[in-house]
Amino acid sequence: MFDDFFIRALVAGIGVAIVTGPLGCFVIWRRLSYFGDTLSHSALLGVTLAYSMEFNIAFSVFIISSLIALTLIQLQKRTNLPGDALLGLLAHSSLAVGLVVIGFLSFIRFDIMGLLFGDILAVTVDDLLIIWIGGALILLVLKLIWKPLFASTVNYELAEAEGLNPDRAKAIFTILMAAIIAISIKMVGLLLITGMLIIPAAMARNISSSPQKMVMYSIIGGLLSVILGLFSSLEFNTASGPSIIAASLFLFILSLLNIKQSIKLKN
Amino acid sequence: MRSDQNILVKLNKAGFSLNNKWLVQGVSLQVEKGKIVTLIGPNGSGKSTTAKIALGIYKKIDGSVEKYTNKVGYVPQKITIDWTLPLRVNDFMVLTESLNKETIDEALSLTGVIHLKDKNLGDLSGGEFQRVLLARAISKKPELLVLDEPVQGVDFTGEIALYELIKKISDELNCGILLISHDLHTVMSATDHVVCLNGHVCCSGSPMDVAKNNEYKALFGEQASQILSRYEHRHDHVHTSEGEIKKN
Repeated sequence: MFDDFFIRALVAGIGVAIVTGPLGCFVIWRRLSYFGDTLSHSALLGVTLAYSMEFNIAFSVFIISSLIALTLIQLQKRTNLPGDALLGLLAHSSLAVGLVVIGFLSFIRFDIMGLLFGDILAVTVDDLLIIWIGGALILLVLKLIWKPLFASTVNYELAEAEGLNPDRAKAIFTILMAAIIAISIKMVGLLLITGMLIIPAAMARNISSSPQKMVMYSIIGGLLSVILGLFSSLEFNTASGPSIIAASLFLFILSLLNIKQSIKLKN
Repeated sequence: MRSDQNILVKLNKAGFSLNNKWLVQGVSLQVEKGKIVTLIGPNGSGKSTTAKIALGIYKKIDGSVEKYTNKVGYVPQKITIDWTLPLRVNDFMVLTESLNKETIDEALSLTGVIHLKDKNLGDLSGGEFQRVLLARAISKKPELLVLDEPVQGVDFTGEIALYELIKKISDELNCGILLISHDLHTVMSATDHVVCLNGHVCCSGSPMDVAKNNEYKALFGEQASQILSRYEHRHDHVHTSEGEIKKN
């Protein structure tokens, strides 16, 4: 059944969407959109290191992204620079260093476009295993830290005062962000991963009244985006990663229409 | 080890500074089971800071704090909730601890906001939100309650009812309460121990002792002192004394 490249792409996309759904909600709630961007930019460095040292790509990206995330936390503590400046600094310098390293690796032929925008149609059975096992682990850990993470997202001091240890939850969540980027980089590419995290969750925010519903709609939105995007990329012969993101944008616009209608109904 | 099994939290010469400026220093106090300790003092005297030290929110402190319970309910003075979160009152109630429906309903009924259970948190008025905050803090049946101006923005009759509720909770649950309040009437009628702060502990003791203290008179004025000693005599000039506090 996994012989067909299209089926593999579909299974990979579904696996990623199930994990980006809940994580994306936290990205929106905690205002981490640019944090996600920074981690995914740094992923390029991870990929180049994987090639030069013949590592597994997902593993290498996970290590580099986690290091960048920890560096960010340290920089936040030790400098007076605002958070967005630090994020920009890390994002662009790690991207630049990644590109410079690629220059040294002239003996390897790189598919830069594939790295930036992903190549879901080239997903192998091994990749599927990484996505589904890695994804299941991410969801399991997220479930374990849900209470302290969610409580500290609502209010840090309440969580700290009532003994939930929000700092630990935050650190673990950072690692989870690095992990989702690592397992999905091959699929949507480093420029579009954050889109996969943010857009379905943003769509869900428009139509949900409770956090649980938002997580559910975010997962459904991600799944629909993957299915819609992949089938249309087959139909119109467009790049698959961008097609998925475009499909999620389409769903987001639909969710806006829904809001307008419900306001009309109320009046 | 704690010297007394009834002690829930104990501050020993605790202080906290931010950007080389002391917010409060040298505070020693303890909260015991079933007792209400009230912090009073002018604006900026370090009341909220002291509460946060007791709760362990501030970690790099001077002196020491010993906390003997993890069952804590907290009503912060200021709470900013990001409205990117779709959060109903019901979701907020189970924020730090899972509770069953009966417990949630009971707490919301006690503070008079059961009808708001399915409303979005962002749609509540200031007073309603304050009642929800209090309901959340008491619903988990804590051993230690820290209430930082818990009735701000609540209407007058509600204020009295809520203070009576706080007193009742302290008796029924036998929990210790660290209360911050500007309402001197209430402070005097329900409190076991008063700590008067002004960057440091200016005086402390039973309500009566504090009322007679000269430093307290200097800080709050003669009028406030009269309120303290005759707390059952209610009239509405507490707010003028608050105005005087600001002058200090």
